[in-house]
Amino acid sequence: MITPNPPQRALRLHRELDRVWGRPAGWRGILTSVNHSELGLRFMVTAFVFFAIAGCLAMLIRAQLATPGGAFLDTALYNQFFTMHGSLMMFLFAIPMLEGLGMYLLPKMLGSRDLAFPRLSALGWWCYLFGGLIILSALVAGVAPDGGWFMYTPLSSKTYSPGINADVWLLGVTFVEISALAAAVEITVTILRMRAPRMKLTEMPLFAWYMLGTSAMMLVGFPPLILASMLLEIERAFDWPFFDVTRGGDPLLWQHLFWLFGHPEVYIIFLPAAGAISTILPVMCRTKIMGYGAIVAAVLGLVFLSFGLWVHHMFTVGIPHMALAFFSAASALVAVPTAVQIFAWIGTIWQGRPEMRLPMLHLMGFFSTFVMGGLTGVMLAIVPFNWQAHDTAFVTAHLHYVLIGGFVFPMMAAAVYWMPLFTGRAAVRGLGPTAFWLILIGFHGTFFIMHLTGLLGMPRRIDVYPDNSEWIWTNLVSSFFGFVMAAGFALFALDLLLQILFGERTRRDPWQADTLEWAMPMPAPSYNIASLPFPGQSALQLARGEGLLPGAPRGRRETLVVDAISGAPRHIAVLPGNSALPIVTAAVIGGFVLLMLFGFYPLAPFGLAAIGVTVWQWHKFMGSQSDEPPIEAAPGVSLPVNHSVPDGLARTGLTCLLIANGTFFTCYLFAVGFLSVIAPGWPAPESTIGTLPAGTLAAVLILILIAASGLARFPLATGSTVALPLLLLGLGVTGGLAMLLDDPTRHARDALRAAGLGYVALHCAIAALFALLCLVQRRDGRLAEGRVAAWPIWRAWQDFTLATTLILVLLIAAQEIL
Amino acid sequence: MVPALAGCGGPLSTLAPQGPAAADIATLLWAMLAGAALITVLVLGLIWHGFARRNPRAPGEAFWIKGMGLGFSFAVLFAVVGSGIWVGERIQARPGADVVRVEAVARQWSWRFGQPGPEDEIVWTEGRLHIPAGTPVDVVIRSEDVIHAFWVPQLAGKMDALPGRDNILRIEASKPGLYHGTSAEFSGTGYAGMRFEVLAYDPAAPPAFSDLTTREAP
Repeated sequence: MITPNPPQRALRLHRELDRVWGRPAGWRGILTSVNHSELGLRFMVTAFVFFAIAGCLAMLIRAQLATPGGAFLDTALYNQFFTMHGSLMMFLFAIPMLEGLGMYLLPKMLGSRDLAFPRLSALGWWCYLFGGLIILSALVAGVAPDGGWFMYTPLSSKTYSPGINADVWLLGVTFVEISALAAAVEITVTILRMRAPRMKLTEMPLFAWYMLGTSAMMLVGFPPLILASMLLEIERAFDWPFFDVTRGGDPLLWQHLFWLFGHPEVYIIFLPAAGAISTILPVMCRTKIMGYGAIVAAVLGLVFLSFGLWVHHMFTVGIPHMALAFFSAASALVAVPTAVQIFAWIGTIWQGRPEMRLPMLHLMGFFSTFVMGGLTGVMLAIVPFNWQAHDTAFVTAHLHYVLIGGFVFPMMAAAVYWMPLFTGRAAVRGLGPTAFWLILIGFHGTFFIMHLTGLLGMPRRIDVYPDNSEWIWTNLVSSFFGFVMAAGFALFALDLLLQILFGERTRRDPWQADTLEWAMPMPAPSYNIASLPFPGQSALQLARGEGLLPGAPRGRRETLVVDAISGAPRHIAVLPGNSALPIVTAAVIGGFVLLMLFGFYPLAPFGLAAIGVTVWQWHKFMGSQSDEPPIEAAPGVSLPVNHSVPDGLARTGLTCLLIANGTFFTCYLFAVGFLSVIAPGWPAPESTIGTLPAGTLAAVLILILIAASGLARFPLATGSTVALPLLLLGLGVTGGLAMLLDDPTRHARDALRAAGLGYVALHCAIAALFALLCLVQRRDGRLAEGRVAAWPIWRAWQDFTLATTLILVLLIAAQEIL
Repeated sequence: MVPALAGCGGPLSTLAPQGPAAADIATLLWAMLAGAALITVLVLGLIWHGFARRNPRAPGEAFWIKGMGLGFSFAVLFAVVGSGIWVGERIQARPGADVVRVEAVARQWSWRFGQPGPEDEIVWTEGRLHIPAGTPVDVVIRSEDVIHAFWVPQLAGKMDALPGRDNILRIEASKPGLYHGTSAEFSGTGYAGMRFEVLAYDPAAPPAFSDLTTREAP
C-alpha cells in the first residue's frame, strides 16, 4: 500500500503546475503547444469542420439525384464530389475524430498528465491540417480526386486518370495518415505505460481497452494502405508497373491491399464509438457495465477477426466460390463479438435504472440504426446476395446505417456527455432533443428507402437515370430527408456552440460518473491533475497533492510510467515542453508532398534531405548529461528518472513503430507473392542481373549489417564509431546494387525489386543516423554509464534492418534460382 | 417467389427475377429480410422493455452474454451462412453438355458481345447479347481497359470485367424476352450510360442478331 503525500494548498499547486504545463498566450502558444487536451480538441473541431464540408458535398449529391435528369452537376464534378465525400468522411472526419477523442480522454481517464509523446501529437495534428488543406485546395481548384474513395486501378492509373486528381488523393491521404500512425503509437504506449499507479491492465476503464484495440488495428491496418498508395504513386510518377496487367502487375493487388486496410478501418471507426457507449451507457443507467470480461474478449475478437474478411469487398472479382465461402463465414462470424456487446449493453439497461437524458437519447439513436446496419451487413456477407447487391444503393444504405449508426450517433452522445469537461459549461436546454429527432428522422428517411432503391437495381455512383422512372420517387424521398438530416446536424452544431458561449458554469462530475476524467477541475487544466491518483482517492485529495508526484517542484513536466500489465510504478518520465519543431517538421513534409504533387521529381531528394535535417533536431530534448537521484513520488516510493532506465517510453514507442513497419514489409512480401503467383503477366522476362557481381554486393551488404548489429551490442554504444562508417559503406553498396538492377519499368518483378532495394537503403540511412546519434550523445555525455539514451533504439532498428534485408536478399536469390 | 410488394418491378429489379439464379437469390433475400426484420423488432423490443420493466428480477449476465450474444447469434449465423453457401453452389457455372458459351467485352463505355450464330460461328454485336431462353449460358467476361462489371439483375448476380483475365458468370433466362443490363463498377465519366440488353429468344426460332441502336450515347 502506498502512503499518500501530505496535503498542500490546491491553488498553489495549480499555479505551479500551470506555469510548467501551460503555454504562452497568443499565436506563439497556438503554434508551439503540445498539450494533449488542446490538440485533442483541435483534432475534434477540425474533424467536425471536415464533416460539415463532406456533408455539404452529400447534399449536392442528393440534390443531383433528386431527379432522374440531374442537370444540377456535370458528371466530372459529380465524380469529384462523391469521391471527396467518401474520402473526407473516412480520412479527414472519422479517423481524426476518434484520434482526437482518444487523445483528449485517455490521459485523463488513466490518470496521467499527458500522452507519451506530446510533440508527436502536435506533429500529427499539423500533418492532418496541412494534408487536409492540400486536399481541400484541390476541391476548390476543381481538380479533386474523381476515381472513387477506393481508387481502383487501372481507372486511377496514369493512362485513365492523367490529371493531378489521383495524385492529390494518394499523396494527400498518405500525408494525413502520418497523424494516424503517430496517434496509434502514442495511444498504444500511453495505455500500456502511463496509467495511474497500480491500475492493472485488467481493471482499466473499458474505453481504454477499446482504444487499445483501435490503436493496435491502426498500427497493422494503415501500413497496407500506405504501401498501396506509395506503389501507385510510384507507378503514376515513374511508370513502375505494379498494377499494370500487361507488364506483370495486377489491379487486384490494389484491391487486396486497399481492403486489407479498408475493412479493419470500419472497426477502427466503430471500436472507439463502442468504447464511448460502454462508458456512457452505465452512467445513464445508474449501474456498472455488464460483462466487463466478455466485452474485453469481444474487442480482442473483433481486432483479430477484422483482418480476416477484407475479401468480402471483392466477392465479384472472380475468386472461386469455395474460397469466397470461407470469407463469407468469417464476415458473418464478426457479428458474434458485436452481438455480445449489444446484448451486454441491453443487459446493462435491464439491470440499471435508465434515464432518458440527452446522451442516452443519442445512444437510442445508435441502437435503432446500428442493429439494422449490422443485419444488412450479415446479408451482404452472403455471397449470392452480395452478387446482386454489390455496388448498388443497397450497399450505400448499409454502410450509412453502420457508420452513422455505429459512429456518428455514439460520437454525438460522447459530445454532449463530455462537453461539460471540454468547456466547463452545462448544456443549454431546448435545442438538443430537437436536433436529435431531426437527425434520426432525416437519417431513416434518407437511408431506409435507399435499400429498396438498391434492390430495384440502382448502381452506386451514377449521376443520372433517365430510363428508370421506378427509382424517381425513392430517390426523391431520400433527397428530401437528406436535407432534414442536414438541418438536424446544423442544429446540433448550433446547440454545442450555444453551450460554449452561453452555458452556465457546471459543477464537477455532472453525470455522477466514476471514471477518473471527472476527478479534475472543469474545464480540465493543462496538467490534468495536481497529483496522480492511487486507487480510491477523491478529487479533493488529488487537487491537494495527496496522490503521487504532486505539483511541479522541479519546474519540468513530469509524469509516471508504470509496468504494462500490473500498473506498478516504474519510473518518472520527463516530457518535452512547448516546441515549434512539430509545425516546422509538418511544414517541411508538406513541402516534400507538394514537390511530388507538382512533379518536381529532381528536387525530391532535397525535400527528403530537408525532412532528415528537421527530424534530426528532435533529439536535442532527449537525455540528460548528468546522473539524477531518484525522485520520491510519495513517501517510500522512490522512482528513477527516465534518463537512467533502459526501458523508457521511447523503447515501447519504437516497438509499436516496428510492428507497423514490419506489417508494411509483410504487405510488400504479400505483393511479391501475389503478383508472382496470381498475376497473368508472369513468368517475368529473363533477368539480366549479373549473378556474380550482384550476389557479391548483396553478401557484402548482409555482412556489413551483421557486423553493425554486433557493434550495436557493444556496451553503451561504443561500437557506433565503427558502425557509422560501415553503415555509410552499406549505403554505398545499395547504390551499387541499384546500378545492377533491371529497368524497373520493364516488368512488375523488376519494379518490386527496385522498391525493395529502396526500402533497404532507407533503413540503412536511418540506422546510420541512429549510430550517429549515439556517437553525438557519447560525445556530449548523454550516453554514459547508467544513461542509455538512444542506444537501445539504435540496436532495435539495426536488428530490424538486418532481418528485413536478409529476407529480401533470400527472396530475390530464390527468384533467381527457381 | 412472386414479389409481394407493389413497386418491386422495373427493368433492373432484383425483386422481379426472370431466371433460376436470380430467383434463388431473391428467395434468399426475402428470407433474410424477414429474419432481419424479426431480429430488429426483438432487439428494439428488449431495449424498450428495459425502460418499461417493473420486475426487478432481471436475467443475469449468463443469459445476455452466453444465451443471446453467443448462442442466439451463432444459431442465426449458422443458418444464414449455410443457406448462402448452398445457394451459391447452385448458381455456379459448371461444365455441362448443353451450356452455351458467349463472350462479353467491356470498354469505356460500352459492351461488345460474341455469341454463337446459326452455324456456331461467333457473331459480334454492340450492346445487345442474344441468348437462347431456358438454356444455361456461361458469359466469359473481360475488359479492354479499366474494371467494369456485367450485371443483368433479373437473370443473375454480377461479375467484374477485369483487364487481363477472364471471369465466367452463369446466367439463364426462363422465358424469351428483353432484359436490361448495366455496368456496376464505377468506370469514369461515361459510367451511368453503360447499359446493355440481353435478348433471350425462343431456341426454336432464333432471330437475326442485331446491335443495340435504340439508345443514344450519353
